[in-house]
Amino acid sequence: MTSRDKILGRIRSQKGRGPLDPQKAEELKAKIESHKHNIIPKRAQIPAGEQVDLFQRKMEALLATVERVQKTTDIPARIQDYLTRHNFPARIKISPSPKLMDLGWGDIPTLEVVTGAGAEEDEVGISPAFAGIAETGTLMMASGPETPSTVNFLPENHIAILDISQMKGSYEEAWDSLREHIADTGMPRTVNLISGPSRTADIEQRLIMGAHGPKTLHVILVGDGT
Amino acid sequence: MQVTSRKFKENSSKAIKDDDLRAALNRVKTGFTTARANAASELPEFEDLRNKSRDIKDGVLENLDYYLEYFEEKVLAQGGHVHWCSNATEAKAAILKICRDVDAKTVTKGKSMITEEIALNRFLAAEGIEPIETDLGEYIIQLADEPPSHIIGPAVHKTKEQVTELFHEHHQKYGYTEREEDAEKLVGEARAVLRHKYVTADVGITGANFLVAETGSTVIVTNEGNGDLTQSLPKTHIVVASLEKVIPTLEDVSTVMRVLARSATGQEMSVYTTFSTGPKRSADIDGPESFHVVLLDGGRTEMLGTELEELLRCIRCGACMNHCPVYHAVGGHSYGWVYPGPIGAALNPQMVGLEEARHLPNASTFCGRCEEVCPVHIPIPKILRHWREKAFEQQIGPKPERWGIELWGFFAKRPTLYRLVTGIAAKVLTKIAGSRGRIKSLPLLGGWTSVRDLPAPQGATFMEQWKKSGRGAKK
Repeated sequence: MTSRDKILGRIRSQKGRGPLDPQKAEELKAKIESHKHNIIPKRAQIPAGEQVDLFQRKMEALLATVERVQKTTDIPARIQDYLTRHNFPARIKISPSPKLMDLGWGDIPTLEVVTGAGAEEDEVGISPAFAGIAETGTLMMASGPETPSTVNFLPENHIAILDISQMKGSYEEAWDSLREHIADTGMPRTVNLISGPSRTADIEQRLIMGAHGPKTLHVILVGDGT
Repeated sequence: MQVTSRKFKENSSKAIKDDDLRAALNRVKTGFTTARANAASELPEFEDLRNKSRDIKDGVLENLDYYLEYFEEKVLAQGGHVHWCSNATEAKAAILKICRDVDAKTVTKGKSMITEEIALNRFLAAEGIEPIETDLGEYIIQLADEPPSHIIGPAVHKTKEQVTELFHEHHQKYGYTEREEDAEKLVGEARAVLRHKYVTADVGITGANFLVAETGSTVIVTNEGNGDLTQSLPKTHIVVASLEKVIPTLEDVSTVMRVLARSATGQEMSVYTTFSTGPKRSADIDGPESFHVVLLDGGRTEMLGTELEELLRCIRCGACMNHCPVYHAVGGHSYGWVYPGPIGAALNPQMVGLEEARHLPNASTFCGRCEEVCPVHIPIPKILRHWREKAFEQQIGPKPERWGIELWGFFAKRPTLYRLVTGIAAKVLTKIAGSRGRIKSLPLLGGWTSVRDLPAPQGATFMEQWKKSGRGAKK
């Protein structure tokens, strides 16, 4: 008898029954597959415009910075400004996603743009977010060939690009959107919910930024939601 | 880890005299509790979410076999592996085999209470594999060779000066020859030392806050980002989790997430919540090549269907210890095993045996704050009472204690006699106390009177007063 059989057997005997009867099992399966939302806080159930404002407020409270641009073509110049303002090196690691690669970086010849996964030497990493969640100021990042998750974690500083049309009120709406996006391919290898830059309070409960993940997080919100 | 619960009394006497620990525990007492209260009051739905979280966990425990099989099927479908382990020995063997298969020399680790429970670090080191803790708190106590003293703040008992000394001792080989006294720079030093270890480790081991049946995902919640580096850089990712962590859907995780961080640190959401599902896909350019889930029972299935089942709802937020006057006084190490505080006092007798842990259920004032703040409403005082009864039945306590309880029981079952004796006792105590109204020492009660006076009864007993007021006779 394998440990698996023993464990399942113990669960059943402690509960005073055998395996679930097929009808009960069907019920549980249907419940899982219904993706029914539980309680959604009222604060998350607001119109799209207010969601963006709430997202920004929450993110800033988490010590991230947020800026808004109208068009994707504005992004390279804004990033150049951001790097200069913070005295960051003029080298960026970007996710190998057409959304980022085709932004027209050539207009800024002083900037070294490297495409790929995150690496130990990266000072600034830029990646596209799958969705924003207004409720708590949270980014949803979905991994894939064009969106390696290490870009979100290894660089000292992280810049996330989020299209405002992908702003959601709650985690549940973001999950619905992700399910629609991935269709039948199953979950991405990793989904990261990110709320602010890395921090720790492990030394005398004093908050210190930049424990192991990025020391800073900058979010660029793109478009007007249309 | 070595169990020292038997020495609870000695451990706590020592803890109470430790000034550094006092300062650290005062920070827990004020910091975490205020933060939780604020977070709870800012979310009007907080109480409803707690109730829903309890119901979700109860639903899981009712059909645990079903959800585990569902979870396993989804993990396998994504190309991952599931290792079912009845006990610590099986779990360690499974982990070692995975490490051996990839010829692992170093293992980075995210924070995991289950690996503390099975004492994995010591085991791996003995097998010639170097375990490297990456959560800052865990890293600090690994250097100090100590167990964690708090579920979410393992090094909460350490002062900055102690961290300075530890880093000075262990970081010289990396070129840090100066004593660093600034907390921010200490964090930077740990960051720099660990950075390269993430990249070069052969295996990454993390725990799991949740196992999602619907998708076969494992979920970790961190603030530092260490767990993410641990699981995305090495070629092999091992998740070590106890089986009651399974939860039906992403929606259910979302509900419980809303009470987890708020109850723990008072944050609305921890910085990083990461869902891992299987190894890297064929077109991915990063991520582990293999993904293993080591599922540990470790005595948990035996709790199902018993008065201990509710303990399996626990989401390990630490709120109970943050709010416990006993924990505030004696700290986590006094409890003598992996889980400290009220949850430890309720759980450890089951995990390490009542004989060994018999003091823990008594380490409670029954004030009920643990139950009041528990996000999933675990009736901890009720379970502590259960253990006290068990200890009495099994004659585990010392004889004088049992005789005392038996003697009290004799009178308590005979109300007339009880009233007579307590009436006399009250008068005698008042007499002994004299005009001061306090008693400085009493035979058999030295434990109480050596550190404080016993206030003498003021006037008649409750029953006498009740009778006198005439209210008792109305019926």
